[in-house]
Amino acid sequence: MKQPELRDEASTDAASPGGPAGWIEHRLPVFSAFRKEYVVFPMPRNLNWLWNFGAILVVVLLLMLATGTFLAMNYTPTSAEAFFSVEAIDRQLSGGWLLRGMHMTGANLFLAALYIHLFRGLYYGSYKAPREILWLSGLVLLVMVMATAFAGYILPWGQMSYWGADVITKAVGAVPVIGGTLEHVLTGSDHLGDIFLHRFFVLHFLMAFLVVAVVGLHVACVHVTKSNNPVGVEPKTPKDTLPFHPYYTSKDLIGLIVFAMVFSALLFFWPGLLTEPDNYAPADPLHTPANIEPEWYFLPFYGLLQSVPSKFGGLLAAAGSLLVLFGLPWLDRSPVRSARFRPICRPALLGLVISFVLLALVGKHHATGAWMLVGRLSALYYFGYFLVILPLASRFEKPRPLPTSLASAKGDA
Amino acid sequence: MVRLSRARTAAFSAALLASLPLVAHAAPTAPTPSVPPHQKWSFDGPLGQFDQKSLQRGFVVFNEICSSCHGMRSVTYNDLSGIGLSPQAIRDFAHAKQVPGPLDAAGHPTMRPGLPDDHLRSPFPSEAAAAAMMGGVAPPDQSRLAAIQPHGADWLYAFLTGYHMPPPPGAPVVPGKFYNDWADGHLVGMPPPLMDDAVEFPDGTPATAKQQARDVTTFLVWASDPHRNDRHRTGLYVFAYLSGLLVLAIAWKRKIWKRGTTQNAQDTDD
Repeated sequence: MKQPELRDEASTDAASPGGPAGWIEHRLPVFSAFRKEYVVFPMPRNLNWLWNFGAILVVVLLLMLATGTFLAMNYTPTSAEAFFSVEAIDRQLSGGWLLRGMHMTGANLFLAALYIHLFRGLYYGSYKAPREILWLSGLVLLVMVMATAFAGYILPWGQMSYWGADVITKAVGAVPVIGGTLEHVLTGSDHLGDIFLHRFFVLHFLMAFLVVAVVGLHVACVHVTKSNNPVGVEPKTPKDTLPFHPYYTSKDLIGLIVFAMVFSALLFFWPGLLTEPDNYAPADPLHTPANIEPEWYFLPFYGLLQSVPSKFGGLLAAAGSLLVLFGLPWLDRSPVRSARFRPICRPALLGLVISFVLLALVGKHHATGAWMLVGRLSALYYFGYFLVILPLASRFEKPRPLPTSLASAKGDA
Repeated sequence: MVRLSRARTAAFSAALLASLPLVAHAAPTAPTPSVPPHQKWSFDGPLGQFDQKSLQRGFVVFNEICSSCHGMRSVTYNDLSGIGLSPQAIRDFAHAKQVPGPLDAAGHPTMRPGLPDDHLRSPFPSEAAAAAMMGGVAPPDQSRLAAIQPHGADWLYAFLTGYHMPPPPGAPVVPGKFYNDWADGHLVGMPPPLMDDAVEFPDGTPATAKQQARDVTTFLVWASDPHRNDRHRTGLYVFAYLSGLLVLAIAWKRKIWKRGTTQNAQDTDD
């Protein structure tokens, strides 16, 4: 990134001893770069606990790669053997139950942490200038992680894997004109079998590493724009910032340990909360399960899919709910970032969270009866928030006075 | 629009899949109560542990009764070390079973004695063969039965002790089907499998039908979650470790942040 002769202050006062470290530093200034980006890197001094989730996500991602690599070594991607190879991992492979338990818990909590991370961005306006690319790269990650999770859930080839895949590939088939072709590209043949499973195994594996690449981009972005903060005012003087280490390393560590405790509780004590019992039955194309439902983290989108009275319309709504997030930096023109100072935006955002949760419940109840109405109202509100409330609020909202500096801002949340 | 909720009318919908091979094809006539009475199990809860004695008795019941119709194909003979069988006992037990071997020189199938790494032999060569011999419905494999069945242990116990011979007055009578409080539609193709003293427990426990139901339920729950004991124990260690780490991390963070609030943080050098 940086040439040795153009070293800035950070690298010159870095301890650059002689010996091998100095030799390397002279040719590739990794030591000074690390010091600049992860030691003295200036962070707003008022970050709250919601800022822990970035670090948490990185750690969970590494855990997923590590456990996933070893699971892949013991997995057979054929429709006859997939289910039983996973059973063998769970039962006979030494430590396999722990490996798979970590991977399953990791998948669930990765999505959970991702939703919290995303909500934090929404609430504190982290998508506004100059952080648009940071926001967009995060959304690309969200979509990639969802695709990876979907592909991963297919691999055990249980009943829910099979029938979930059946629903989604058929939903894709509802796209006008190119739907049939798209569906065929996904399935690889006229039924969900070996070709499909092998394809999604490779995709799952590949996507995981592509996610790492985009995470690199995402982190590079945040090191250029620096972190937003709960007040949403940029740090002006050194008094407003703290060096990343040891201030936020120590704070992130606590966040990570608490997260690890939640992780362990689910993994060791309540694994049933995260597993779908039906998926312990091998895939059977002849027996449709009574109740097909996706993992909890897809339920809001499943709710959207089912609330719209046309297959293609539902697909558009579900895809649109993600796409609209990409337009957010340009839909919300208010110069105030943090919802703390936005009297209209703050309750409206709370409504958005409620509508998202309601959509999940609608998905769980298959939009039957009154849930259909709830689903449509929630969908209306979800899109209304982004397309109507935010653009209007930017024009008519009277923001509360902003603090002049972070050092003078009181309070934490 | 995807319409998947067709079968949701059955209150016991999620159980349908698991019990499908068990139930009669006769239309359900009476609603089945959905929540079986809760029993006290040693393996319940976040810290529960299987009772090894009960597991071993349950294995006797499984081996002598259930396994004549039900397979447990995901489990190997070696896995039985998890219920406390010694390596020698496992070798002997496996050796007494004949499993399909390689084709001989003339291309004919052969049989060989089982090895500890072999999977438990299923009673029928295939699901279709099982269905053909068992009146149209194959007995379900029991590897994950307790996990798939909602209220796994409680339901299994209620089901195994829920037969009525003869059926209560007014209940539909279908030849070859048996009345059970906990079967979908109250009719099931499996005859009452457990009878007092049908097996003998090596530890001398009286083999009442209820005791057999209890023990075989424990065994089936173990089969569907064989590492539960280890999982719970490891979890405790991990939690103790994380708690200690958390205390240290909080102390460190407090120390650091006290410094940050009393002097200009940018001056600190580390």
